[in-house]
Amino acid sequence: MTGQFPILSLLLWLPIVGGVAVLAVGRLAPQWMRWTALLFALVTFAVSVPLWTHFDSSTAAMQFTEKLPWISTFNVDYSLGVDGIAMPLILLNTFITILVVIAGWETIQYKASQYMAAFLILEGLMNGVFSAVDGMLFYVLWEAMLIPMFLIIGVWGGPRRVYATVKFFLYTFFGSVFMLVAIIYMYVKSGSFDILGFQQMSLGMREQLFIFVAFLLAFAVKVPMWPVHTWLPDAHVEAPTGGSVILAAIMLKMGGYGFLRFSLPITPDASHALTWLVVGLSLTAIIYIGFVAVVQTDMKKLVAYSSVAHMGFVTLGFFLLFAIFEKSGGLAGTVMGVEGGMVQMISHGFVSGALFLCVGVLYDRLHSREISAYGGVVNVMPAFAFFMVLFAMANCGLPGTSGFVGEWMVILTAMRANFWVAFGAAFTLFLGAAYSLWLVKRVIYGPIGNDHVKEMKDVNQRELIVLVLCAVPVILIGVWPAPLLDVMHATVTNLVHQVVQTKLTGG
Amino acid sequence: MNFVLPQFLPAVPEMFLLGMICFILVVDVFVSESHRLVTYWLSLASVAGAAWLTVAVAQQGSLLTFSGMFVNDAMGNVLKLFTYLIVAVVFIYSRDYLRDRSLFKGEYYILGLTALLGMLIMISAHNMLTVYLGLELHSLSLYAMVALDRESPVASEAAMKYFVLGAIASGVLLYGMSLLYGATGTLDLTTLGVHIASAPTASIASLFALGFVVTGLCFKLGAVPFHMWLPDVYEGSATSVTLFVGTAPKIAAFALFMRFLVAGLGGLHPQWQGMLIVISVLSMAIGSIVAIAQSNLKRMLAYSTIGHVGFILLGILTGTTAGYQAAMFYTLTYVVMAMAGFGLILLLARKGFESERLDDFKGLNERSPWFAAMMLMVMFGMAGVPPFVGFFAKLYVLRAVIDAGLTWLAVTAVAFTIISAFYYIRLVKLMYFDRAPSGARNVRAEFDVRWLLSGNGLAILVLGVLPGPLLALCARVIAF
Repeated sequence: MTGQFPILSLLLWLPIVGGVAVLAVGRLAPQWMRWTALLFALVTFAVSVPLWTHFDSSTAAMQFTEKLPWISTFNVDYSLGVDGIAMPLILLNTFITILVVIAGWETIQYKASQYMAAFLILEGLMNGVFSAVDGMLFYVLWEAMLIPMFLIIGVWGGPRRVYATVKFFLYTFFGSVFMLVAIIYMYVKSGSFDILGFQQMSLGMREQLFIFVAFLLAFAVKVPMWPVHTWLPDAHVEAPTGGSVILAAIMLKMGGYGFLRFSLPITPDASHALTWLVVGLSLTAIIYIGFVAVVQTDMKKLVAYSSVAHMGFVTLGFFLLFAIFEKSGGLAGTVMGVEGGMVQMISHGFVSGALFLCVGVLYDRLHSREISAYGGVVNVMPAFAFFMVLFAMANCGLPGTSGFVGEWMVILTAMRANFWVAFGAAFTLFLGAAYSLWLVKRVIYGPIGNDHVKEMKDVNQRELIVLVLCAVPVILIGVWPAPLLDVMHATVTNLVHQVVQTKLTGG
Repeated sequence: MNFVLPQFLPAVPEMFLLGMICFILVVDVFVSESHRLVTYWLSLASVAGAAWLTVAVAQQGSLLTFSGMFVNDAMGNVLKLFTYLIVAVVFIYSRDYLRDRSLFKGEYYILGLTALLGMLIMISAHNMLTVYLGLELHSLSLYAMVALDRESPVASEAAMKYFVLGAIASGVLLYGMSLLYGATGTLDLTTLGVHIASAPTASIASLFALGFVVTGLCFKLGAVPFHMWLPDVYEGSATSVTLFVGTAPKIAAFALFMRFLVAGLGGLHPQWQGMLIVISVLSMAIGSIVAIAQSNLKRMLAYSTIGHVGFILLGILTGTTAGYQAAMFYTLTYVVMAMAGFGLILLLARKGFESERLDDFKGLNERSPWFAAMMLMVMFGMAGVPPFVGFFAKLYVLRAVIDAGLTWLAVTAVAFTIISAFYYIRLVKLMYFDRAPSGARNVRAEFDVRWLLSGNGLAILVLGVLPGPLLALCARVIAF
């Protein structure tokens, strides 16, 4: 498909150019700076729509591919392409960035042009991560992403922002550098950085185990999985609203994406051998972190912990396929687990993003994230209350919302694999309800908590637009997930077939 | 008795530079204090002239002259061109700083040029005597340069330390050379290489000599445990001198490793590989851990240099062509980053204010977003975060190390990279997350320094996005 319009390059570079343009406009004509940022965000989204409309969902091959030699001495290519796993995530990214730009419209006053520029540059880099087909290009963008996020939390964050952002940076940097060693190792073995080539090369069990662990370090920190999740609550609490939204909606997804793109297909035998580890960690996240979320007194922390629990579902869904394969010897039902994980990622992107936006709306009015500072918000902000309740319901997986689809698919898969795993996973049904509904009860309902709450004004037009834009996909995916499942089906099926084939060559 | 006139052409740049140094020395005596810029411009002109001559006489293959004492080859020429560039930029960055401190005298430039000449000779050395000659010319100039600020007790102390330790290191190196001469009967590096390589087993004498040579060379580069002089010299000297000491000499030291250790003692690779593994791991460890405790930026960058030296040695110790190429790439790009880092310290310094403490960078983003971004690139570049060039430098070294079957060493190296990331991002934190203290003034600089520094900073990004050409250049000139 080479030779056509370079849509993926545009998605990578347009926001970066936009970021630089916003900086320039911010200096020369500050009154137009925010509109410039919005314009670039909208245009980028518009550019990404054809990815969906022109996507060929019958094939698992990379589409919209571009390939140019980048560093010829090292066989590094500037090679882009998307399949059914990457494409929805790119759309999620371009969509959420628009919301972030709108959400930061008035609330960010300090160095606003740098704020907008950081998010646009981040958007471009993240698009690149999802579309990179070359291992080195992937790694470069993956790491480069840390810089804008580091600044976003550190410059516009809360009181403990420095601690949070340094922790964020060092944790993720720590995870990634070992992945770098693994990538170089595979390059030395195969002579190229092509990810598809990595997937095809044969590796011994020992090598696979080392590579798997290196990838696990990188992706587990990003997802984040228990016990390396501790950076997330800090980062979320201190980050500005936009930062939390991007962190929850997109950045965490990179970990899940990494499992599908690297760990499973490159080291299938090691993944198989260590399934117990990943499943165990996922269940711990779902159950233990679920309980931790219940007792939080800070709204952002609560949403952050619920993110960890939900992402546990994602990794669980991905890794159950080995258990099923072992038990039944067939692939029936395995595809559903991976797809469930994917749907859960997309859904969580919208739901957690929306919840952070809701918390942001409250925070802008009262400057407190403590649950106890609120109460009876529905009396003064009825429109806002409607949306917050909706997103809380989606968060606990109410049928009809997007949260239900993914969880249901994963639990169903778990049931095929092992009753006790399914039993553990099902804990989320009541834990999710417990923390989400209890949050709603304490913040939204009940008598008006105090005089400050009484003076709160309902959402303005800008905030309303943002919340509606979040609510639409949440309902849409909940009611009619078929189109989403459709685009990823071929890719996931192919992936599952690839993964159950051993790479070991004669021991 | 027949005297054959040696071929002068391969050494024309060096001879031109020597002539210019003598000329400037005379001119400077007659120039009044207010016209000191004449010296400055003449110095820049001599560097430019030497660069032009280097390009003009460059030829395919390598040329030996002066009875094999001096070599002119592609690697030497590329390294020399980088050295010229860096010395010229160092001269320009230093101008205003020196003027503010009444140090804007001919000595800085003349010593700088003699040090440059020493470096050129080191780069082109093909005989142990030439090696020593270049090394001493270069080192003596630097000792004097460190002591340039006579009034400052710190600078005198640093110069004294540097001189004493440097003299010991030179002595050690010389002793190693004499042992080698005794064992093989030659001073010529190529002949030495043939002798060493053809010996069925490494003789005790040559191993003994190897230990001394490695010590002397590692001292020059500042690798642990021969690094003691480095933090004191970096901190004690005037920043413009630190800028000089911290940049161009690394290139010459790399050339020395290539000429002496790789070409001359290549046959002992299994032996020196072990030594360098220990030295490089120690360097990375000390460089990344001790730097965390520093509050002086120059001292912090000194320890960071030690850490980077560990990485350069990592490339060399692989003993493969890819490793040497990676080490060369690392050296060149590190020097570019260090130059921007010290250049920014110079930029913020004013009369009576050194701007060398970490706290002096607080809230730089509010005072000058542009130069804060430049420093951000330097810091993330040094930390090895893509897309800046420091990442690719580390990548190539790691690749060569893994290729040589030393995966555990690569894992160790990246572990220290994480530790070092902490102190690099601490400076970013000070610039971006902290508010500027009241009374902090805006950044002011002359037009040319502004542009040059911006170009220098952007080079870190551009070389990172497009590292291919420089890498191809390194690959072309290193053919061992």
